[in-house]
Amino acid sequence: MALQSLDIARRSATTTEAPKVRETTEVAKLIDVSACIGCKACQAACMEWNDIRPEVGNNVGIYDNPQDLDDKTWTLMRFTEVEENGRLEWLIRKDGCMHCADPGCLKACPSPGAIIQYSNGIVDFHQENCVGCGYCITGCPFNIPRLSKTDNKAYKCSLCSDRVAVGQAPACAKACPTGAIKFGAKEDMVHYAEARIDDLKDRGYQNAGLYDPQGVGGTHVMYVLHHADKPTLYADLPENPQISPTVALWKGVAKPLALLALGATAIGSLFHYVMKGPNEVSKELEAEMEKEDAK
Amino acid sequence: MNVSRRGFFKVCAAGMTGSSLATMGFAPTAALAEVRQYKLAHATETRSICPYCSVSCGTLVYSMGDKSKNAKARIFHIEGDPDNPVNRGSLCPKGAGLLDMVHSPLRLTHPEVREPGSNEWKRISWDEAFDRIARHMKADRDANFIEKNDAGLTVNRWNTFGFLASSAASNEPGYLTHKVLRGLGAVAFDTQARI
Repeated sequence: MALQSLDIARRSATTTEAPKVRETTEVAKLIDVSACIGCKACQAACMEWNDIRPEVGNNVGIYDNPQDLDDKTWTLMRFTEVEENGRLEWLIRKDGCMHCADPGCLKACPSPGAIIQYSNGIVDFHQENCVGCGYCITGCPFNIPRLSKTDNKAYKCSLCSDRVAVGQAPACAKACPTGAIKFGAKEDMVHYAEARIDDLKDRGYQNAGLYDPQGVGGTHVMYVLHHADKPTLYADLPENPQISPTVALWKGVAKPLALLALGATAIGSLFHYVMKGPNEVSKELEAEMEKEDAK
Repeated sequence: MNVSRRGFFKVCAAGMTGSSLATMGFAPTAALAEVRQYKLAHATETRSICPYCSVSCGTLVYSMGDKSKNAKARIFHIEGDPDNPVNRGSLCPKGAGLLDMVHSPLRLTHPEVREPGSNEWKRISWDEAFDRIARHMKADRDANFIEKNDAGLTVNRWNTFGFLASSAASNEPGYLTHKVLRGLGAVAFDTQARI
């Protein structure tokens, strides 16, 4: 298709092959949790760029604001206080779409073209094609997409695909004043993360590491964690995220079988109609029945 | 297979109707996929400085239109200026949300004065404000200017006046501020950057 400015790798509920010849750079956002001060500039920049303004909420005694992701909050700082190595640690994780290489949302989506994966790794929702079924929420191992109460369509972080398509960094990454959010080629981000992890190890965080879970084929949003052995410390970041087996079975094995059965039924009915014709009641039988009714 | 003449026509007509409907657009649409259009493509880009704190981060202010005479410019996006050495494109949450301050109904857009003894702010024009400030400055300077010190040495001091300059000023406005104030004999002045 000539309309696209980013090459498409996969589309939801579409069986036609996507073009695969051009090799585009795989991008990634790297969130260095150890450098984050929780200022929420990323949250502000995200809603400013994407023209979304969540409702002004109430303070419930924690720094998380709003309390959860919603259709107008695509990224959210989640604050956790834990005791590790006998010290209080304040862990701040920027939550949002991970842009999985094997996206559960896309796999679960029944609406053609509502979820798109670009060849650079971005997984994007196209609300015009969304039917509001919410299967993407079931399919997501990170619990990210949210249905809007306004238009009953699913929304989530687009990794600022409109900015990336013209060669810019996502709004959150650009704004981050401490440089905790970096953006670039995935290869470069992995390389940068290695240096950060070495530094953290020197500072006594022996289990520092990169969070790029292979259960979903790796992600295009990665974290540098001080405690990579315990990702659940960081506001329940899943240890080994995977697409739910129900979705995998339903959309993997069952779907083609069901389609086959549906097709066979349709063709069978057509043949039956052509060969046998409709079930007709003869005049004589009808008269006989009427006679019986009259009694 | 025994197909009657009537049956054959029926099947042909059904096929014809189906394909006609499809050509007329009653078919499942092709799944078009396109990223949201880049919204700054032809916007006017203006370099500016964040007005909040003394760090004075550089910003890029985007407004609708290309400044043609019939298009009313309206600011619709603000982000960090990568060429500004202070912030190199980054912004804090307040800076990242500047757009909503620009359009805030609570934003102060005109000078106000609270007269001595009054507890109310009164709206005045810019001319009135400048005249008033100049009048106060002149009256105070005329009353308290020290031309010579006790030893008879010319000092030209104006010690009863202070000035707080903007931290969002670059070298040139800073130079001008210095020139004007030292020319008046002011000794105490500072910028917001040291608060």
